Amino acid sequence: MVELKNVNNKTNNKETVKIKTPSQLVGESSILVEKNSVFNTKNFNLWYGDHHALKDINLDIKENEVTAIIGPSGCGKSTYIKALNRMVELVPIVKTAGEINYRGRNILDTSYEVEELRTRVGMVFQKPNPFPKSIYDNIAYGPRIHGIKNKKILDEIVEKSLRGAAIWDEVKDRLNQNAFGLSGGQQQRICIARCLAIEPDVILMDEPTSALDPISTLKVEELVQELKDNYSIIIVTHNMQQAARISDKTAFFLNGEVVEFDQTDKIFSTPKDQRTEDYISGRFG
Amino acid sequence: MKYIDDTVVMKRMKSRLKFNVVWKTIFLLATLLALLTLVILLVRIVSQGAGYLNVDFFNNFGSRFADKAGIKAALIGSVYLMLIIAPVSMILGVGTALYLEEYAKKNKFTAFIQMNISNLAGVPSIVFGLLGLTIFVRMLMLGKSLLAAGFTMSLLILPVIIVASQEAIRAVPKEQREASYGMGATKWQTITRVVLPAAVPGILTGSILALSRAVGETAPLVVLGIPVILQFLPDGLLSQFTTLPLQIYDWAKRPQEAFQFVASAGIIVLMILLVIMNSIAIFIRNKFQKRY
Repeated sequence: MVELKNVNNKTNNKETVKIKTPSQLVGESSILVEKNSVFNTKNFNLWYGDHHALKDINLDIKENEVTAIIGPSGCGKSTYIKALNRMVELVPIVKTAGEINYRGRNILDTSYEVEELRTRVGMVFQKPNPFPKSIYDNIAYGPRIHGIKNKKILDEIVEKSLRGAAIWDEVKDRLNQNAFGLSGGQQQRICIARCLAIEPDVILMDEPTSALDPISTLKVEELVQELKDNYSIIIVTHNMQQAARISDKTAFFLNGEVVEFDQTDKIFSTPKDQRTEDYISGRFG
Repeated sequence: MKYIDDTVVMKRMKSRLKFNVVWKTIFLLATLLALLTLVILLVRIVSQGAGYLNVDFFNNFGSRFADKAGIKAALIGSVYLMLIIAPVSMILGVGTALYLEEYAKKNKFTAFIQMNISNLAGVPSIVFGLLGLTIFVRMLMLGKSLLAAGFTMSLLILPVIIVASQEAIRAVPKEQREASYGMGATKWQTITRVVLPAAVPGILTGSILALSRAVGETAPLVVLGIPVILQFLPDGLLSQFTTLPLQIYDWAKRPQEAFQFVASAGIIVLMILLVIMNSIAIFIRNKFQKRY
C-alpha cells in the first residue's frame, strides 16, 4: 500500500490510502509520475561550534507525505528539522554547509529571507507554546504579522484554522479566553491551528506529542493524517510506534548521519542496515 | 551491613534539633531588629512632624520662620523632576536592554558593555553629580535647571533600569520567541508583540523602584548646586527648582528646634510619595505579571 502511495501523484493519493494494493503492482509503479520534492537536502553539514552535529545529509522529501525522522537522543533529528526553517540559526554558534533546496531554491542562500521561508514552512514545537493571549489572538497572530487587518477575513481564517486543527468545536464558544486555560493537548492543537493560519506549504513538527497524554497524542496523530492531504509534514518523533502509525516515509538518524531513509513499512519490516534494525527492535537508543 | 548506626543517629538527634532552633531564633532577631528600627524612626518622625502637616504646609514656600515654612516648591519640584527622569531614563534604559538582549551578538564587546553597566550601578551618586555638573550644567550650559538635574538623575538610575529590564526581557521564555519567529515574524514584530507585552510588568516594576530612588536622592543635586529654598515654582525646563530631600536637608541642619519638626513633616510627605510609588510597582507586578 505504501509503495503505491509513493509513486502516485497527489490527486489520487487520497484514494490509495483506502485501497489495499496488491504487492505485484509495485513493479509497474515506477512508470507513474514522481511526486514533487519539497525539501531536497544535498550534502548538508551543520556544526555547533566545533561539534559536527549533522554530517553529509542527503534527503529528498516529497510533498503531501508524512515524513518521520527517528533516532536516539542527540542524533541530530531536531537540529535537522530546525535547519529546514532556519530556526537553528537562533543558536549563535551554528555554521552550515551544503544545500537545502525548498521547492528548488536553496534556503541557505543569503538572499533567501528567513521571514519569507517561515511563512511557507510552519513549525509546531515540542512543548505547546501558545502566547498568553486569547485563543483568537493566538490564531490571528500569523495573519496579522503578515499585514491582514480586516476583521472579517481574520474571523474566517481563525475559524478555518481551528476547524483544520480539529479543535473548533471545543473552543468556538470561548475564543476570547486565554489560551493558557486550555489543557496541554488542546494547547498543542491551538499551536497547530496557529501554524495553519499562515497557510503554510510544509509543517514541521518537532516531537509534537512528547509533552502530551495518550489521548491527546492520539488526537494529534489523527490530525496529522488529515493534514497530509493538503500539507507536507515532517515530524520528528522519539516514539517509533508513532512513526510507524502515521508516516509514509521514515528517516533514521544516528550520530548526525542518515542511516536509512525509505518507506516506513520497509524501515520497520525489512530494514537494510543492521543499525536501523537494532534501533527499531529496541536494542539501543 | 548498615552504614548508618541508629543509636548514633538518635543520640545526635537532640543536639541537631536544638541547633536548628538556635539559628531560627538568630534570624528572627535579625528581622525584628530591622523592623524595630523602622518603627522607632516612623513613630519619632510622625509624632514630631504630624503637627505641622496642614494645608498651609503644602501651600507655603520656604521661610525663615518655622511656622510659615512650607513644602510647595519642593513637592512640585520633585514631581517635575520625576516627569523628566521617567521618560528619559526609561527610553534609554529599555532601549539599551532590548539591544543587548535581542539584537546584539554575544561577544567580548557586549560582555564589556554589560560589565560596565553592572559597575555603573555601584558608582556613588555623588560621582554622577560631578558628571552632571561637568556635562550638563557647564558644557551644555543648561545651568542649575530642571533639565540638567533630570538628565543627571536619569544617568544615575539608568544602570538599574537597564539591568531590571534585561532581566524582565530574559525571563520571557525562549519558546514564546520561537513561536513568533516560526511564523515568519521579524525581530521587531516579535519584540513589540511578544517580548515587550510579557516583559512590561518587570520593566515597570524595576523602573518605578529606580525612580523612587531618584526622588529620594540628594547628593547629586547638592553637587549640581540646586538651591535649597525657592520662593517660586519652576516655570519651564530651564527654570530653577528645588526638591523634597534638599528642602528637608536644609531644614534639618538649621539650629532652631522648630525646624526639626518641619523637617519631620517634610520627611512624612517624602515617605508617603515613596510608599505610593512602591505600591504602584507592587500592584503592577501582581496584576500584570504573566506566568508561563
